[in-house]
Amino acid sequence: MRNNLILGTLLTSIFVFAALISFVWTPFPHTAMDIPNKLQSMGGEHLLGTDHFGRDILSMIMVGARTSIAVALVAVGIGMGLGVPLGLFAAAKHGSLVDEIIMRGNDLVFAFPSLVIAILITAVFGASAINAIIAIGIFNIPVFARISRGAALSLWKRDFILAARVAGKSAARISVEHILPNVTNLLIVQGTIQFSLGILAEAGLSYVGLGAQPPTPSWGRMLADAQTMVTIAPHMALVPGLAIILTVLGLNLMGDGLRDYLDPRLRVTRI
Amino acid sequence: MFHLRSLILGSCAAALMAGAVAAKSDITVAMQLEPPHLDPTSAAAGAIDSVLYSNVFEGLTRFMGDGSVVPGLAESWEISEDGLTYTFKLHSGVTFHDGTTMDAEDVKFSLDRINADDSVNAQKALFSAISEVNVVDPTTVEIKLSEPNGNLLFNLAWGDAVIVAPESIDNIKQLPIGTGAFKFTSWTQGDNIMIEKNPNYWGTPAALDMATFKFISDPTAAFASMMAEDVDVFVAFPAPENLPQFEADPRFQVLVGSTEGETILAMNNKQAPFDNVKVREAVAHAINRQAIIDGAMFGYGTPIGTHFAPHNPAYVDETALSAFDPEKAKALLAEAGFTDGFETTLDLPPPSYARRGGEIIAAQLADVGITAKINNVEWAQWLETVFKGKNFGLTIVSHTEPMDIGVYANPDYYFQYDNPDFQTLIAKLNKTTDPEMRTQMLGQAQKVIAEDYVNAYLFQLAAITVAKAGVKGLWSNAPTQAIDLTAVTWAD
Repeated sequence: MRNNLILGTLLTSIFVFAALISFVWTPFPHTAMDIPNKLQSMGGEHLLGTDHFGRDILSMIMVGARTSIAVALVAVGIGMGLGVPLGLFAAAKHGSLVDEIIMRGNDLVFAFPSLVIAILITAVFGASAINAIIAIGIFNIPVFARISRGAALSLWKRDFILAARVAGKSAARISVEHILPNVTNLLIVQGTIQFSLGILAEAGLSYVGLGAQPPTPSWGRMLADAQTMVTIAPHMALVPGLAIILTVLGLNLMGDGLRDYLDPRLRVTRI
Repeated sequence: MFHLRSLILGSCAAALMAGAVAAKSDITVAMQLEPPHLDPTSAAAGAIDSVLYSNVFEGLTRFMGDGSVVPGLAESWEISEDGLTYTFKLHSGVTFHDGTTMDAEDVKFSLDRINADDSVNAQKALFSAISEVNVVDPTTVEIKLSEPNGNLLFNLAWGDAVIVAPESIDNIKQLPIGTGAFKFTSWTQGDNIMIEKNPNYWGTPAALDMATFKFISDPTAAFASMMAEDVDVFVAFPAPENLPQFEADPRFQVLVGSTEGETILAMNNKQAPFDNVKVREAVAHAINRQAIIDGAMFGYGTPIGTHFAPHNPAYVDETALSAFDPEKAKALLAEAGFTDGFETTLDLPPPSYARRGGEIIAAQLADVGITAKINNVEWAQWLETVFKGKNFGLTIVSHTEPMDIGVYANPDYYFQYDNPDFQTLIAKLNKTTDPEMRTQMLGQAQKVIAEDYVNAYLFQLAAITVAKAGVKGLWSNAPTQAIDLTAVTWAD
């Protein structure tokens, strides 16, 4: 299954690369409107055509990739940063009241449909990229907490942990020095998956107008803008739609490939 | 045998003829906004008038599709020499839909209700000159004014001045009882309002037996429902980019007319930096109207340079005063002390003229150094924070009321323009009945607000109606917010 990894990495890096390049160069300024040249189709002076304001779609996709990647990356960071310590802590205190509280708290967050709550959060606190990041990030916490707790629990029963305990190391030290390195593979794989979900969530939020606000381009809003134009300018919907599909596909393939590549045993122990 | 055959032939012919005669007698009209309730005399929401004006409720006078004011429930009137007494002769034999008669008492009730202390009428100011309403006899009513008002007949045609009955006033918000050619049937909230033909109508009866108003707010759904022929008419069609498709399709007709909707970029005249006329002038020069009309409305709209409808004979073209000139805008900003520009907010309500126009305006303002942070809001929020709270920097809205230049004389109006000279001018205008004098004063008023750059005047909203090819008798212009179905028929 190495092909998955290669294809996935390739697709992902195209978009990461496009996002990085957009910091220094885009074919046209992404906010520059050129209304007389609106709705031009693909292949002309503007490679991917122009939108209803005559903006260059390729430039918008490149800068939009930046928005998507930034939102998803920080959201995954929030999830990992808070979720993993919570999960490891719960595993260390396995069976205690603290463990119970953390895990039931996780269940509570899980019980809500994430996108609906994300909409609620952004609707209450105002629509912005920052609030979108927080809303998506919150739902990443239980994912990482649960997965790290699950993996840590099985590790805690292993002999080398027992040896560390006998040597007098504290639970916190064991968690950081022995458990964490052993769950990293798992976290990387899960991180990739969550990353792709984050991109989807960001697109969804900006589609309903709750993500990054104009003039910052975002794939979801490009899709929303294209809605009524589909019959006259299909490329306006096609391009951002494909960008979302290919990025999410790439990330998923990469996550799959990484899982196989990093540790085949994880497939067995995975819950 | 011969008999039988002729009988069969005869009945076939009769069936065919019946088919031809029984043209479609119901219609489904779609619009974007649903009315919050059904009392046109106690809310500013235009959607109420759209459904009920002329169809269900009528006033003493009424608007026609071309904007003229003609007699409504009043058959004729006389104006006293001093312009202070109007005597209206009402049509006799008019009944409300609940069977009660409409007479001078109801007129008095309706007009007194507008001017009552606890009145919630949205256009109370239009009728403030009325000092007394007297019932002379059941079909004669006398309106006394405290000062002459050249606009009274026009104002009485507004949906806010329709005649209601004291018998049915308590439930009017759910069960509107009027005198119109249609009576209210049902309201399924969130979906539709149905009205049916009033068989006892006093005037020319409606051709249709039934009409359904459907509420479709999403532009994509609007396009889809029209294409699928789920609705027969879409009034104020929200996606102008799709019009060429309807025009090319023989199943449909597209009516493009004028509205009273002056679309403006409103500035908070009491809030820095917009309290500085130089800044407002700079904003006006930074804006390219044609780009907004082409980009946001796909070419539908007429540029305006002041708060007045271009199709009105009294219109003065002031667009040159605020011509697109980014260099001048920058120079003006520098003069005002904003060499590096400034930051402000731009609140955008849902219609596409605002949301799309706003994105274009933000880009145009950015070119002269003004950073306008876009803030998309829903209507309820807009009414609360912008219109009532006056807490905004810039906003885009279309003022769809007819002849509403008078709002600039109200210093408490949301953009807070406070110019005593202008207020005196409007007060004088309201007292003037001579048409020529009025035209001249209206021109002067337009000039004052254009020269003061109160707001940036963008364009006159076009009335865009998409209908099935067979629908006849629709208004193509929108002199007031109304979807008058009383003269609508289906072509055979």
